[in-house]
Amino acid sequence: MPGITREEVAHLARLARLELKDEELDHFAGQLDDIIGAVARVSEVADQDVPPTSHPLPLTNVMRADEVRPSLTPEQALSGAPAQEQQRFKVPQILGED
Amino acid sequence: MTVTTTPDLVPYEDALATYDPVMGLEVHVELGTRTKMFCGCSTALGADANTQTCPTCLGLPGALPVVNEIGVESAIKIGLALHCEIAEWCRFARKNYFYPDMPKNFQTSQYDEPIAFNGYLDVQLEDGEVFRVEIERAHMEEDTGKSTHVGGATGRIHGASHSLLDYNRAGIPLIEIVTKPIVGAGERAPEVAKAYVAELRELIKALGVSEARMEQGQMRCDVNLSLRPKGQEKFGTRSETKNVNSLRSVERAARFEIQRHAAVLGAGGKIVQETRHFHEDDGSTTPGRVKEEAEDYRYFPEPDLVPVAPSREWVEALRAQLPELPLAQRNRLREEWGVSAHDMQSILNAGAIGPIVATINAGADAVSARKWWMGELARNANEQGVDLGALPITPEQVARVSALVAAGELNDKLARQVIDGVLKGEGTPDEVVEKRGLKVVSDEGALTAAVEEAIAGNPAIADKIRGGKVAAAGALVGAVMKATRGQADAARVKELILEQLGVEG
Repeated sequence: MPGITREEVAHLARLARLELKDEELDHFAGQLDDIIGAVARVSEVADQDVPPTSHPLPLTNVMRADEVRPSLTPEQALSGAPAQEQQRFKVPQILGED
Repeated sequence: MTVTTTPDLVPYEDALATYDPVMGLEVHVELGTRTKMFCGCSTALGADANTQTCPTCLGLPGALPVVNEIGVESAIKIGLALHCEIAEWCRFARKNYFYPDMPKNFQTSQYDEPIAFNGYLDVQLEDGEVFRVEIERAHMEEDTGKSTHVGGATGRIHGASHSLLDYNRAGIPLIEIVTKPIVGAGERAPEVAKAYVAELRELIKALGVSEARMEQGQMRCDVNLSLRPKGQEKFGTRSETKNVNSLRSVERAARFEIQRHAAVLGAGGKIVQETRHFHEDDGSTTPGRVKEEAEDYRYFPEPDLVPVAPSREWVEALRAQLPELPLAQRNRLREEWGVSAHDMQSILNAGAIGPIVATINAGADAVSARKWWMGELARNANEQGVDLGALPITPEQVARVSALVAAGELNDKLARQVIDGVLKGEGTPDEVVEKRGLKVVSDEGALTAAVEEAIAGNPAIADKIRGGKVAAAGALVGAVMKATRGQADAARVKELILEQLGVEG
């Protein structure tokens, strides 16, 4: 089972918008490698006939009727926003897309 | 200011002489459910910003999504109407990305287990030829919030200092319908693309799962296109033109990309796999973001939603409820109405089939129902740039106008004024007739007087008619109509003229 590389950690950190220092990349690469190695041991005991588990409960088709429920007030919705304007969430300039 | 340079293009015919286009179409349909896909917030359009949100669609910690049953039912109906197989068991997946239009930092979608897959849609081209478009999959997901970019020119991101987010739309159910590669359309590829989106729109409306109004963004199309040298099996590199939001634009975008790709390839260049934006004003496309990391969505099964396993009984019950599909309906109506394939195509393109059928069901005859929707009303819709269905007049009201004409209480000219009044919000047809005083002059005394006056004022014409030239009566009818300011029944006027002159009609 190949481990996780430092480059992969850097890539994931970028996707998750986490700023990691060089020594942190080394540190986390080691830690994540240990975690992945531990989880990979499950594959050693699970045979071909055991499908990967995505949901621990044997439930399907939990649905709700299409009925409107009260929403938050805009004040409540925006109460956790670091910045707001015109009753909207205000976010910094978005880069990388036109 | 961004300066966008229009790339070089190769004449369309030349491009097609060398290359074979391959298309993939991805259409997003916003469902017409009352509530969002995973929470009970209203989906009503036009609400104030951020008044239709809750902890679930805002992605607040601890909130748990629950699937909207009608959302799933609509997805199954769409799948069945597209002749798809319906999954016996499927899951939702998280599509992870950082962009403020989704406050959760992921979109709940479906990945490798779509609810519907392997289907097809037959589409009819202008000349009646039927082209089969194969469907890869239809899956359930949710819409994003709406961003407004502040500080830049005309609301674009470029140069914007910050953006404002309204999350009312975040979480509205979407069905994404993806075709298999469309090959073999050749020079008709752009036409096939347009016809496909048009047919899909009709299908969605017939199923009653969405109004599919493209101008309101309820249905949006991405056009993926690549070229390969004729005779080559392997597909070329594709471009993905996003959010092409009218039937005409779908056709233009495909055409433009064919010409652009041919120019790049012909000059020995390479097509970059990228997202492109379509511009309505000149029909061009310009590059958006380059796909590299953007593809790295790290999909994984959504742990907060349990799998959807539609019972076969449910699927079969829904199949039994499917309405007559639009292409079959059009073929039937074409027979019944006795119109040409071309006329039927125009009626379809105008989005008039539903309104015409509803007007006939409300009591109008087929000819006048067609006449009003394809004439006066289509013109109005065009002018306003909206779908016919969005006009503020109901099929019942059109049927009422038609009944008033049939009863001789209105002539066509007055009827147009009545329709104008209804469209301007002056009330029902009867109210408009009342308020504007629009009634055919049926007072025989007044009409007879006007006819006598017209004859006296045009002795030469009257003589011609007496001499047997009945066609000349038109001039006198015109004079009477003018004298009564159009409020006379032209047919009755003609009868009176001929009567007075002692001529057999």
